[in-house]
Amino acid sequence: MVTLSADSRPIIGRGPPLGARFFFLLVISIAVMVMDHRGNYLDTARMWMGVALHPLNVFVDAPHAAWSWLTESFADRARLRKENAELSEELRVARIKLLRYESLVEENRRLRELREASQGIGERTLIAEIMNVAVEEFRHRVRINKGASHGVFEGQPVIDAFGIVGQVVRLDKFSAQVILITDAEHAIPVQVNRNGIRSIAMGTGKLGTLSLPFMTIESDIKVGDLLVSSGLDGIFPAGYPVATVTRVERNPQDTFATVEAKPLALLDRDREVLLLWPQKDDAAASASAGIQVDTTAAEPAGESPARSPAAE
Amino acid sequence: MAVADGQNTVLRVLVTVLLALIFALIELPDVVSRARPELLLLVVIYWSLSAPRIVGLTFAWACGLAVDVLTGPILGQHALAFLFVAFLTHKFQLRIRIFPIWHQTLTVFMLLALYEFLVFWIDGVIGPAITTWTRWLPVLTSTVLWPALVAVLDTWNRRSR
Repeated sequence: MVTLSADSRPIIGRGPPLGARFFFLLVISIAVMVMDHRGNYLDTARMWMGVALHPLNVFVDAPHAAWSWLTESFADRARLRKENAELSEELRVARIKLLRYESLVEENRRLRELREASQGIGERTLIAEIMNVAVEEFRHRVRINKGASHGVFEGQPVIDAFGIVGQVVRLDKFSAQVILITDAEHAIPVQVNRNGIRSIAMGTGKLGTLSLPFMTIESDIKVGDLLVSSGLDGIFPAGYPVATVTRVERNPQDTFATVEAKPLALLDRDREVLLLWPQKDDAAASASAGIQVDTTAAEPAGESPARSPAAE
Repeated sequence: MAVADGQNTVLRVLVTVLLALIFALIELPDVVSRARPELLLLVVIYWSLSAPRIVGLTFAWACGLAVDVLTGPILGQHALAFLFVAFLTHKFQLRIRIFPIWHQTLTVFMLLALYEFLVFWIDGVIGPAITTWTRWLPVLTSTVLWPALVAVLDTWNRRSR
């Protein structure tokens, strides 16, 4: 076990004493924590340290990325044909739905313009891949392969084909951390699609469960209800599906009912997610003013957004 | 514990630290991932004992900061925990180094417990901490790993003397 060293230089007496170094670094650590937690003063520093360590992420992700590339490149013909058939079937169904969607969007826009309330539709999106990299135990976070250099920003909504996935919490130059809606520290304002009741869906730390702690026992909510984002937080755009209600328990002596919901996004199975750039209100309004479809609504559209609250 | 003060010890330190960082990042099934050993901390303890001139407090602190950048919720959390462990290791370095292996393992167990506690505590300060018992599993798995790690690195050190 013990091997004596040939090196006879004294260990003690070189540089500042141990206690002093410890104290110095301790103060720095605490200062760093406070600055990072309270004011996000260190975002730039963190970003560049992230750049320095990014190769590690890429390295760890590489086998998985290479494997999926391989399986994609050497997929056999039968499987591709099957997939192709499935996809065209899906596309056909989606197209038919879209036919109605187009007219509904138009109708919705006209109605909104009549109410002089404008809300952005038609956001810019970017596909990001979830890196196969462990982020933090006990927290529902993932790392995606798009970062500040792709225009990603903190608080950016992330969705997949089925619903809202989460939002960007931490930004590096070439990657970003996304907090999932099921993380215990996450909450998202939602509304029941059926009747518009608003509430907040909190993460529980369990994958597959959200809880709605602020639903009174009288409120009209039942199992199977679709919850969509209400857009009140200014982070998630309104109207995206979030979860379906799976459990409602009303205990007469409590004020609030126990409501649980299951996220619609495939939080644990996603490989690709979509980053959203929600349009600002004025940008949306000017865009919609550009497309003049209905003569009754077209002319006041350009000046509406600034005064929209007054009209209510 | 072999004392490593050779020429290419710096290289060996860097290689092991890099490997440990990669180990911390590899995606594992959830059950295994919960019990993932704190390999980087073990490596830092090992080198603090056997090459104290190379792996000092600042180096340990920097390793912790790297963990923070890669996975942590805030900067400085793991850096602080690493710093405490490295300080104690350095403080009692001459004693721990000559402990018999089981005694040494017990000491490392306590250092690991302190580390996990500090991380847990800072978690609680900055937000709702996760209080499941599984977060203490790494202490056990890392302790079990310690004798193996010492054996491997000692052999490597002796061979490249």
